[in-house]
Amino acid sequence: MSNDVLVFVEQRGGSIKKASFEALSVGRDLASSRGGSLHAALVGAGVQGLAGEAAKYGAAKVFVCDDAKYTQYSGDGYAGATKACAEASGATVCVFAHTAMGKDLAPRVASLLGCGLVSDATSVSVSGAEVHATKPVYAGKAYKEYVSSGVTCVSVRPNAFTASESPGAGETVSVTPPSDDILAIVKEVLAASSDAVPLQEAQVVVAGGRGLKGPEHWKLLEDLAAAFGPGVAALGASRAVVDAGWRPHGEQVGQTGKVVAPPLYIAVGISGAIQHLAGMSTSKYIVAINKDADAPIFKVANYGIVGDAFEVLPKLTEAIQALRG
Amino acid sequence: MEILVFVKRVPATDSKIKVGSDGKQIDPTGVEFVLNPNDEFAVEEALKTKEKFGGTVTVLSVGSSDAQKELRTCLAMGADKAILLEADTSTADASAIAQVLAGKTKELGAQVVFCGKQAVDGDDAQVGPRVATRLAWACATDVNALELEGDAFVATRDIEGGKEKIEGKLPAIFTCQKGLNEPRYPNLKGIMAAKKKPLEQVAATLQASALTTAAVTPPPERPAPAILGEGADAVSVLIDKLKNEAKVI
Repeated sequence: MSNDVLVFVEQRGGSIKKASFEALSVGRDLASSRGGSLHAALVGAGVQGLAGEAAKYGAAKVFVCDDAKYTQYSGDGYAGATKACAEASGATVCVFAHTAMGKDLAPRVASLLGCGLVSDATSVSVSGAEVHATKPVYAGKAYKEYVSSGVTCVSVRPNAFTASESPGAGETVSVTPPSDDILAIVKEVLAASSDAVPLQEAQVVVAGGRGLKGPEHWKLLEDLAAAFGPGVAALGASRAVVDAGWRPHGEQVGQTGKVVAPPLYIAVGISGAIQHLAGMSTSKYIVAINKDADAPIFKVANYGIVGDAFEVLPKLTEAIQALRG
Repeated sequence: MEILVFVKRVPATDSKIKVGSDGKQIDPTGVEFVLNPNDEFAVEEALKTKEKFGGTVTVLSVGSSDAQKELRTCLAMGADKAILLEADTSTADASAIAQVLAGKTKELGAQVVFCGKQAVDGDDAQVGPRVATRLAWACATDVNALELEGDAFVATRDIEGGKEKIEGKLPAIFTCQKGLNEPRYPNLKGIMAAKKKPLEQVAATLQASALTTAAVTPPPERPAPAILGEGADAVSVLIDKLKNEAKVI
């Protein structure tokens, strides 16, 4: 059995997701620990040109399954194509980024390969022929370590791993697209707003809760987010304020919303119910601003300020702006 | 239309979780179990689909005999019948569960399956798309809007920075999440009716799992929290920490 590792490289509209560079970096470490090579799988239409990007992160070979029928994402279509890449590569470990696409795709590929999948892993390692992968379970109240020998799939939590370049040969190998009919396919992509940073990809998440007292006060959070400069910070919200209709569900962070792990998470007026912690407790640095010194959010926060958001936020925004000059 | 819903019995989100003595499972003592919250959206969507197109709503679960309670909850919401595939799932992974659910789905002749986007115990988010793949059915995951017309569907899901609309044809599996609908609460009439609805228990054999659990552990400790101070005066301390200690700004 080969010790090679294949990483599915996600592209939408001709650009590769940052989370895929993280996945490639994870794959490169796994391949080197196993004494194998790192390969990449690229699926899409007219995507050969992206192979060089995967090579920058160490791919020895880039398996490209290119066809007009892959212009838009199809869970079943891309799964068939990724399986074909996996078979062509002979890899025994497949890594995905646990993005909206990766989360949808990885179980299908694992099913086609007849293997196990550890989804949303926050650490991955190798011990002999075994792959060990650990993930949060029970809303982050416990962690489960899985071990797998034989063919294994792992999807890795975005922002939980660091992307680092280390060039590989990047030899392009064309893979014949499977002839299966496409069962379901994306027909339309509706972008939120062109300059907004996706919540899951933001370097900084500024999240608000009930402590802000009403949707009319969100300007304070928007100002803070904007102070970090363009393309850096995204807005998040607690379940309480989404349920109250103050903010759209797309901004909800937590168990019934999105899971984020940014380098910096700023929770303002959020008490820190377990449902919320499930969506952000793997963030690297957590700042909590809350009037109630006993709020559970302070237990997971690296830095806390006990105080009124209406007093603290303008000062914080000003200080961040000043830093950026 | 034969409408099927996959459901799971899980610990309530606010339960305290302790690792069991074997270090590979949680200790269920004192844990309150409930219907997986995401499955409530699936049951609701199944009931709405039946109201529109007619048919039968069957809820299906793999697990211990205790899961009868959660199946009764689904019956009280309005599902017509329930099937419990009884098996010890303590070491089962998603591939083993998907195999047995795919078999039963085929046997029941279902045209559409709804399930939660993920169960809030293992947070795997695998069973729906795995079953669809086994059956070569269409599948849309994390669905927060769905239109069914004849055998055609348009499902909407969130992606990073937007939404995508997926088109396909039945038979299909949809994994459901918040935003799709407002799950109804079982009323007293529903609860009484549920007692008389059929709940079939069948012994099931699970295939060997591909993954083995090495350990379940408490979450890694976060660094000791530091309260930097009170009010706006603490902002300068925070900025200093973020800049010089955390180096994130």
